[in-house]
Amino acid sequence: MSLDYILTLITFSNIFAILSLSLNILIGYAGQVSLGHAAFFGIGAYTSAILAAKFGVGYWWTLLASILISGAVGLLLGLPSLRVKHDFLVLATIGINFVVVSVFKYIEFFGGPYGIVGIPMAKIFGKDLSTPGFSLYTTIWLVAVILFDMYLNKVYVRYGFEAVKENEKAAESIGVSVPLFKIYAFTISGALAGLAGNLWTYQMGMVFPDDFSFGVSVSILTMLVLGGMGTTSGPILGAYTLTFLPEALRFIQDYRMLLYGLIIVLVMMYQPSGLLGKGGILRKIFKR
Amino acid sequence: MLKVENVSKRFGGLQALKDVSFEVKEKEIHALIGPNGAGKTTMFDIINGFIKPSSGRVYFKERRIDGLRPSRIAMMGMGRTFQIVRVFPEMTVLENVLAGIGKEIYPSLRVFSEIVKSEKNIRKAIDIINLCGLSDYTDQEASVLPLGIQRNIEIARALATGADFLLLDEPASGLNDQETKDLAELIKKINEGGTTVLFIEHDMRFTMGLAHTITVLDHGEKIAQGRPEEVAKNERVIEAYLGKSISK
Repeated sequence: MSLDYILTLITFSNIFAILSLSLNILIGYAGQVSLGHAAFFGIGAYTSAILAAKFGVGYWWTLLASILISGAVGLLLGLPSLRVKHDFLVLATIGINFVVVSVFKYIEFFGGPYGIVGIPMAKIFGKDLSTPGFSLYTTIWLVAVILFDMYLNKVYVRYGFEAVKENEKAAESIGVSVPLFKIYAFTISGALAGLAGNLWTYQMGMVFPDDFSFGVSVSILTMLVLGGMGTTSGPILGAYTLTFLPEALRFIQDYRMLLYGLIIVLVMMYQPSGLLGKGGILRKIFKR
Repeated sequence: MLKVENVSKRFGGLQALKDVSFEVKEKEIHALIGPNGAGKTTMFDIINGFIKPSSGRVYFKERRIDGLRPSRIAMMGMGRTFQIVRVFPEMTVLENVLAGIGKEIYPSLRVFSEIVKSEKNIRKAIDIINLCGLSDYTDQEASVLPLGIQRNIEIARALATGADFLLLDEPASGLNDQETKDLAELIKKINEGGTTVLFIEHDMRFTMGLAHTITVLDHGEKIAQGRPEEVAKNERVIEAYLGKSISK
């Protein structure tokens, strides 16, 4: 494996770690199970891709737009989700994922099935970022998201989320407006997925509808479940493991989805809180 | 402090409450009793906003509250516990109480800036934990603790919101004799601190010894109200609980 190759894998891991961390806020903290997270990722990626390739907008503006638009769509799609709970919410989010991919695929403006190509390299502080630079850049963003997540864990919004997750009626009885906190969760989660989308677009230089399909949502969820929901370290571990593992075990490449499915089943059976979650093996080892 | 006026509630064909009116005065301990299915919990759910009455009005501190979100009513100073305990199971006792302390913060954007485990909040939480006799369990997860303790956690969490009006839904159910006595003491202590209490209960000894005023529901209707000794002698109440005497 060449250095560039490893750096590229680090970039992908960072992007997926940000995605798992953002999904963690929604599922692990607020208890709103979503199987459509790739939709927000895709909206962030397409926002940057269209602005950069079609309108020649500079990097920082595309970044800002991706975060804001994904956050806003998170908020909007969060609204109907207030009316559905549990299994129905899962189905609704899957539906959202399919709708978003279809919009990318069938509406001309979004480039159709051939996607959007010709996205320039990210120009940051007057420099074109090549592979090593971009992998460092995504690492900085991952660290920023981790710090943000650690901060969230210290302030009251985290308790509002936890209250909604653990018991909605009890949450209301202590003054937590359940819909308000669900909307917070969808918005923050969407905005962070938008950030990941921006990074993806500039890493790839092109975007395709299938980059954001339902299978990608499942991958993100698998990373989260494997690492440990509700923790900060779990999603990062999950993203790095599931990005590097298939590369290390080349023969597994074609069976990636099979591997993910298997991991979900095994984790649910033997490590229901994830490797770094409550009662997880890795957590026990680190605590010693 | 709380005024319920002509409240009725219908669930499909079931008339759960029929034209019920009563008032809870400030600083009193008021009990709502009645046989199973009398509509007591429905009344609680209407008072704190989980369900809307089919007709009638509810006033809390002179403001009409029926139809408001429960979190809005909580903001006005109403706390409650549940018949089937609803502690936050994965939080520790301390965290449950800290969650209650956040009441003033939840509706504002300060949720993004206010640190939960600040010295001030922890000190306040520890005081409440001590008051509710939970100091041995401070850092234990709520789900592993026995039912009696979980009920106290619910009370502590409700107190932590700064509520001056508490709704307790069958606080003594499932408790042993000693726990029931301790609970009565705790409720008295809380009430002496200036908190008004409205509770539902089946345990008559507990209710008679604790309540200043009792309201009795049967089949969704109010059949009596008064001081414990008056209610205990009331014929309709005896009838509702024991059935009609055959000789009559």
